[in-house]
Amino acid sequence: MSRYLLRRLIGMVVVIFLVLTIAFVLVRLAPGDPASLLLGPDATPEEVVALRTRLGLDQPILMQYFSFVGNALQGDLGRSLFFNQPVTQVLASRVEPTAFLALFSLMVALVIATPIGIWAAYRRGSLLDQGSITSAMLAASVPSFLTGLIFQRYLATDLGWFPASGYGGAGASFGDRMWHLVLPSITLGITNSALILRFTRASMLDILGEDYVRTARAKGMTERRVVLRHALKNAGIPIITVIGLTFALLVSGAVVTERVFNLPGMGNLVVNAVLRRDYPVIQGTLIVVAGLYVLVNLLTDLLYLVVDKRVKY
Amino acid sequence: MAAASSAIAAPSFRKLLFQRPAVVVALVVFVLIVAACFLLPALGLTEIGGMSVRKRLTPPGEEYWLGADAFGRDLLGRLMVAGQTSLGIGLGVAIISSAVGIVIGLVAGFFRRLDTPLSRVIDAMMAFPDILLALSLVAIFGGTMLNVILALSVVYAPRIARIVRASTLVIRELPYVEAARALGTRTPTIMVTHVLRNIMSPILVQATFIFAYAMLAEAGLSFLGVGVDPRTPTWGIMVNEGRQYIDTAFFLILFPGLAIALSVLSLQIVGDGLRDALDPRLAKET
Repeated sequence: MSRYLLRRLIGMVVVIFLVLTIAFVLVRLAPGDPASLLLGPDATPEEVVALRTRLGLDQPILMQYFSFVGNALQGDLGRSLFFNQPVTQVLASRVEPTAFLALFSLMVALVIATPIGIWAAYRRGSLLDQGSITSAMLAASVPSFLTGLIFQRYLATDLGWFPASGYGGAGASFGDRMWHLVLPSITLGITNSALILRFTRASMLDILGEDYVRTARAKGMTERRVVLRHALKNAGIPIITVIGLTFALLVSGAVVTERVFNLPGMGNLVVNAVLRRDYPVIQGTLIVVAGLYVLVNLLTDLLYLVVDKRVKY
Repeated sequence: MAAASSAIAAPSFRKLLFQRPAVVVALVVFVLIVAACFLLPALGLTEIGGMSVRKRLTPPGEEYWLGADAFGRDLLGRLMVAGQTSLGIGLGVAIISSAVGIVIGLVAGFFRRLDTPLSRVIDAMMAFPDILLALSLVAIFGGTMLNVILALSVVYAPRIARIVRASTLVIRELPYVEAARALGTRTPTIMVTHVLRNIMSPILVQATFIFAYAMLAEAGLSFLGVGVDPRTPTWGIMVNEGRQYIDTAFFLILFPGLAIALSVLSLQIVGDGLRDALDPRLAKET
């Protein structure tokens, strides 16, 4: 167990190191000198040289790389060219909508997908089962911006049930801010329910074929108890896996959904950074998100140990 | 031997692929979409029409089946032309990411020394969510059609590489590979004729899914305004343009959106059917 943990941690460190390297290389491949880009076309050559020195761009590339990695590991991801603030500070100010959007949409997805997945597996081959698979595929095929725009037009603008966009404006209360996340969360939740549904159904199918389920039935246990007590408990493990897997989907989806509903989150920030060529922000977002992905997947693996006593590493 | 087994497998493969009505319908729908996008405009059967202030935002009806856009152009005709780009990008990504993934996966699976470093790089690449990585790549290299294809190929190649590596690790230990090696067959020949030929089916299945995901991702990028040049329309760009008229002409958003959904859905169903037909053992799990 501790050896496994050690191996996983080393693997994680290597991957994070590579993530940093990829992020560094990517931005270095960008055409044009960052300093001239930053100062605009009116800058004098002297100003460019001065800024290059300040940013360390006159150092050998290897030195730049080492200082980049060193800084990143100490939580310094550089300064935003547009905001002229540390990237970490810019990112931190945008975390709230994205984090709650991810959390709520995961909850929406679980609420939609787990009961249907379990029911579909239980009634395998029935009309309901086929219908659930088809709708899962449909949910995964409809671009989230289309779902979002349909909700926005009909549920928000026409019916006025929900706010159409934004995050409540300056000084909005916490409740009001969360209220603005309802439609975005449902939008993103629907998209992400597809994978969870298929996963839940597949793992329930596996479990319903197990010997202990047959034994429980043979003992005369009611079907309700068989499904809820025996099968559901064991289906928890694959569902944890899928949460790890949907993380990447959630982030990609959040970028688009935040754009549709104009939420001031990290997704919207990174799109604006792309449009403004604000490379440090792009780089910082990549690093933070990839780091979180690695961490989430380590945590889900560790959760196995807690949930399933049979799993030994 | 390979010819004989494929001769036996061929009819059963076709039978397996077409036994589910959904797969047949999806295949027909997808072929129709492709034909409509590539053949009709080429045959001169669609008329986008010049810009016309009088006809702008005409709702769907007799004159324009799917309505007219903000410049008074026929939406159906524009959808077909835009579809060429959207479908072309999906196909391009499927092909390039498969080719790159195959090479990386085979090398990682065959050369033990390269396996660990390559696998770690694959892990690291897969830690970046698809749209985010594609977004950054397009931001850095510029939004041309070729760059969008390349960026999405970078995003999806690791998935193919992972599958190819895993299959290669299994197949390289099989007796016939050992026999080939004992006969003095050179490694590249073994890699291509003995390993690659035997893992083409999972690659094909995955490539079909990547075709679908790439179309969705491209639509996402275009919607965000960081995809291909807006002057070459794609379905995602059309949705983005339609946003200005969300309250007055929702069909400008709806139809290109549905075109994306229908193409992606049919591709996914075909991919599922292919997987079931090529590997009946997996069929019962889905």
